[in-house]
Amino acid sequence: MRHTPNDDGRRNWQMRMSIFRLGKITSSIWVVGLILVFVVACKREVEDRTDLFPALSPSKLDTGAGKWSPVLLTSPEEFACAAPILTSSPNYKLELLEIKSWQQRLTSEELEQIHYWSAGTVLRWNEILRELVAKYNLPPYQNPDGSYPIPSAANPLAYPLFPFANPPYAARAYAYVSVAQYDAAVAAYHYKSKFQRPRPFVSDPSIKLLVPVVNDFAYPSEEAVISGAAATMLKLLFPGDQEYIEKKLQECLNVRIMVGANTRSETEAGVVLGEAVASKFVNRARNDRASKAVGTPADWKKLSDNVIARGETPWVSLETPPRPPMLPLFGRVIGMLLDTADVIAGRPAPPPAVNSAKFNEELDEVRFYSKNATRERMKIVHFWADGAGTYTPPGHWNAIACEDFVNQKFSEARWARNLALINMAMFDAAICCWDVKNFYFNPRPSQVNPDIKTLTGVPNFPAYTSGHSTFSGAAASVLAYIIPSKSAEYINMADEASKSRLYGAIHYRSDIEVGMEMGKAIGAKAVFRAKNDGADK
Amino acid sequence: MSINANAQTDIDGLFMAKRNFCGGVIGGYSAWDHYWEGTTYRINQNIGTVSSQSAMIMGNYGVTDKLNVLFMLPWIKNEASAGTLIGQQGFQDLTLLLKNEFWIKDFNGLVVSAVGVLGGSLPVQDYTADYLPLAIGMKSKTAMGRLLVDAQKGYWFATASASGMIRGNVTLDRTAYYTTEMIYSNKVVMPSVFGYNVRLGWREGADKIFELVLDGMNTLGGFDIRRNDMPFLSNNMDMLRVGVNTKYPIPKTNGLSIMAGANTVIGGRNMGQSTGYTAGLVYQFLVKSNKKE
Repeated sequence: MRHTPNDDGRRNWQMRMSIFRLGKITSSIWVVGLILVFVVACKREVEDRTDLFPALSPSKLDTGAGKWSPVLLTSPEEFACAAPILTSSPNYKLELLEIKSWQQRLTSEELEQIHYWSAGTVLRWNEILRELVAKYNLPPYQNPDGSYPIPSAANPLAYPLFPFANPPYAARAYAYVSVAQYDAAVAAYHYKSKFQRPRPFVSDPSIKLLVPVVNDFAYPSEEAVISGAAATMLKLLFPGDQEYIEKKLQECLNVRIMVGANTRSETEAGVVLGEAVASKFVNRARNDRASKAVGTPADWKKLSDNVIARGETPWVSLETPPRPPMLPLFGRVIGMLLDTADVIAGRPAPPPAVNSAKFNEELDEVRFYSKNATRERMKIVHFWADGAGTYTPPGHWNAIACEDFVNQKFSEARWARNLALINMAMFDAAICCWDVKNFYFNPRPSQVNPDIKTLTGVPNFPAYTSGHSTFSGAAASVLAYIIPSKSAEYINMADEASKSRLYGAIHYRSDIEVGMEMGKAIGAKAVFRAKNDGADK
Repeated sequence: MSINANAQTDIDGLFMAKRNFCGGVIGGYSAWDHYWEGTTYRINQNIGTVSSQSAMIMGNYGVTDKLNVLFMLPWIKNEASAGTLIGQQGFQDLTLLLKNEFWIKDFNGLVVSAVGVLGGSLPVQDYTADYLPLAIGMKSKTAMGRLLVDAQKGYWFATASASGMIRGNVTLDRTAYYTTEMIYSNKVVMPSVFGYNVRLGWREGADKIFELVLDGMNTLGGFDIRRNDMPFLSNNMDMLRVGVNTKYPIPKTNGLSIMAGANTVIGGRNMGQSTGYTAGLVYQFLVKSNKKE
């Protein structure tokens, strides 16, 4: 028998047959152990920070927000809002009844929606936008001939899905949604003060308030105005997800009624006003040159030829097959704080010429970080990478802002205004940065020295200046103004985000330093606006 | 995950006798250029061929004739042949297992035994997990259990086993990520893994072995890699692999055996179609008391 132990004991393995009994106790332990393993396996989930946000209870009501300066509207009354029905009318009484009867039959799903939306309307639409950006932020796969397909707004659901929500696209999307919401909020607060409609719970004290609601005026619902604007912009920017966006809009409107904050006609008038305000932004977005930012093969060649004519080394794609640069004409898009002439006038001096002493010094520094990656630096690189499949660096700064704004207990109007300021700054940062990148069209470190391996993916566009640095400088400057007590923290975060690109071995020092400077200068433009928009008196 | 399956000792019906110890070093090389992005079979010219070199130390101690303690610790180096992403290397996860034969019976020369394995693993280094496909591991603490049935008649044997593994949450360096929805947490829930393994072959004692192996694993849950996205830790990973292993004592070495194996993935989801080779040396240390038996 081969399975008995050999005499020399060398192969003294346990396959002997001396025990012919079933080990009942030990076998039970195995079975129980395995069952336990599977029970535990089914019960794990992670806590999402955004689920823990409390209901918004503004510390300052900002009832005068109707007097703040809008960005695009010529006046808060540019779009009309019809007078509300009389509180003495039978229809109004019916609407109050709707609230009361709805409150008696709330489903668990509706209670969840109340919890979700009561944290803040501007907050939740910003999160929805971030989620859509992450969903659509994937570079298209190549065609069989090695060219790359370009997503089409006319056919958003066919591959490649429209849009490719890359950083410039995302920066623009965050700005349009945020600024449309802000102008909508100004109009909403203006009409609220004008019509002075009491809240439903004032008209009928038997209506319960399920979440904290400011006892100001109810018509039109500012949440509905803001949501009407947000949903309209999102449908334009993410046309493949209109059904999802509409579902979220209806949820938000219903919640206002369920919690006893608004009657149906107050939300309906709000949506109509929000959509009207947004139509002005839709029109602007259709004519801001973003649709031409992809460029043509002739445009791409010209960017390269310009650089060769100056005796410099042009950028080439490090992807296989080579991918055209990301939105190379995005620098021509019409910004919100700067116009094209400002953008061109603000171009920084050129980066160090390839193979100059200064260049070689900077290249050596990049190579050092590539060869000497530490876990600590790897953490910084990955914390700020925000690459493909994520909400992008502008999204990261929106997330940072929103988590801090929750603690600030801003009114919906102030939420909208602050996010508008940050996102205008980052939109214009994208424009300036992309203008510089494609004007100087310089190579990434790994192009010049293929031995330089990177700790994160190399973005498919020129190096100078760093987008992360420009976005971060812009966002941190505005945040430092909005929450002065954290200004040093924001500047440190921006600095770390900026350095993460050098640590990752995808940017030279010039890229990050000049990018940061440029970003801060653009941020200062937004701060200048903030000081004069009436919100801080 | 795959490296452990190559260790063999936790997945066979063989035991060290009481107070005996065997230890060894096994080297491995595996590589893939095709992979499954969800169920789409593709190559990626921006990573080229992803290769993995490993060296694993392992040991197996006989607490009793029917209860063995096993450990394994691999060092891994992963790199891509194309693109710019930097390779990763380092010690991965330490696995500790208890292996117990709780039933054995001879049916007229057909000896059947049942074995249970319980244990787990934990990362020994703070490596970067959120860097697939070049991360050296998943950086998850795991607990696993396996039920195994072994049958031998003469020199021929068959072994079948099924395993379950639960994996602890993995902590990322970033504070939010997208799966099929946005999640604002640096923690990732890792789907559990169901594994199965069938081995057929010839063995003489415990160190002359030739066997054919069918090895499968499926995560219970997880999501597919999106079109042209990078893989993620909590993807829905499936894998079916076939292989051969052999072990043979080196003459006149008094306990040294050579091991070698080859395997190739024949089906999968959100994983590379790797082909791998292993080779190693194991040595058996005996205690005097055992010789007197």
